[in-house]
Amino acid sequence: MRKEIWVLVILAVVIAVFLSPFASSFPDGLERVAEDYGFIEKGEGQEVVNSPIPDYALPGVVNEKAATALAGIIGTIVTFGVMYGIAVLIKGRAISEKEAMQQQKTSQ
Amino acid sequence: MHIPDGFLDAKTWGTAWVLGGVTIAYAVTKTRSQLQERQIPFMGVMAAFIFAAQMINFPIALGTSGHLLGAVLAAVMLGPWTASIIIATILALQCFIFLDGGVTALGANIINMAIIAPFAGYWIYQLISKAWSGRTGMMAGVFVASWASVILAASACAVELALSGMAPLGTVLGAMLLWHIIIGIGEGVITVAVLGYLTQVRPDLVYQTSKA
Repeated sequence: MRKEIWVLVILAVVIAVFLSPFASSFPDGLERVAEDYGFIEKGEGQEVVNSPIPDYALPGVVNEKAATALAGIIGTIVTFGVMYGIAVLIKGRAISEKEAMQQQKTSQ
Repeated sequence: MHIPDGFLDAKTWGTAWVLGGVTIAYAVTKTRSQLQERQIPFMGVMAAFIFAAQMINFPIALGTSGHLLGAVLAAVMLGPWTASIIIATILALQCFIFLDGGVTALGANIINMAIIAPFAGYWIYQLISKAWSGRTGMMAGVFVASWASVILAASACAVELALSGMAPLGTVLGAMLLWHIIIGIGEGVITVAVLGYLTQVRPDLVYQTSKA
C-alpha cells in the first residue's frame, strides 16, 4: 500500500481514537424524528442480540471518553480485518479471465 | 439513520431482508468480477475509514446531529457494487458488535445506506461530472451526489417507517428530509475533502466504468 493509502489509515485511527470521544451526543436525524413523533420507545429494549460493545462504549472502562476511544480503535481494526477477509473470500482463487490474459501478456 | 429493532413491522423488515439480501448477493458476484486483488487492502482501508468517520456525529441544529454515511466516497473510488459490499459490512459490524442498528432492521438499513445511497449517488455523480468536465465538474458531482445520497436514503427510511405505521408518510418524510437536507451538506463537504485528496494523489485508484 502506498503512502497515500497510509494517510487514510492514520486518519482513520486518529478519528477513531481522538475525535470519537468528542463526537456530538445529540440524537441523529432519525432518533430526533422518532422522539418528535412519539415512536422512539418502540426501539428500546428490543435488542435481539447481545452486543459486546453496546453504543460504542467498551464495558468495564469507567472513563467514558476512554471507553469510546477504545470502542473506536477496536471497531476500526475489526472493520479492516473483516472487510479484508470478506474481499479475499469474494475473490477466492478465481482470477477473472481478463486478469489471466493480462498476466499472460506481461509474461510474454 | 440506523434503524433499531422495533421501529419496523415484520412485513416491512422481512421484505427488506429479502430484497437487501438478494441485492447484496448479486453485488458479491459483481464485485468478484470487478475487484482486482491488488485493490483488496484499499477496500479494507476504505471500510475502516468510513467506520471511523461514521462515529463522529457533528451537531447540525436544534439539538440534532448527523454523521458521514460514506456511500458516495466508496462508490467513486471502488464503484457502486463494491461500495455496497463495504457499507453492508460496516452496517453488519455496527449492528452485531455495537448495537447500532437492529438485526431485523439490517435488511432495511442495507437497502437505504448500502444500496440506494451508493447507486443513486454514483449515478448522479456520473451525470454531473460528464456534463461538467474537468476537476471542478467532478467535485461538483461529488458534492451533489453525496448530498443526494443522504436525502434518498433518508426518504427510503421514511417510507419504511410509514409502512410500519410509525407515522403518516407525509409527516415522517417531511421530518426526515428536514434534518437530512442539512446533514447531506456535511456529507458533501466531507466527501469532497476526502475525494479531493484521493483523486489528486491516486487518480489511478478512481473507479473507471469503461474497463477496456
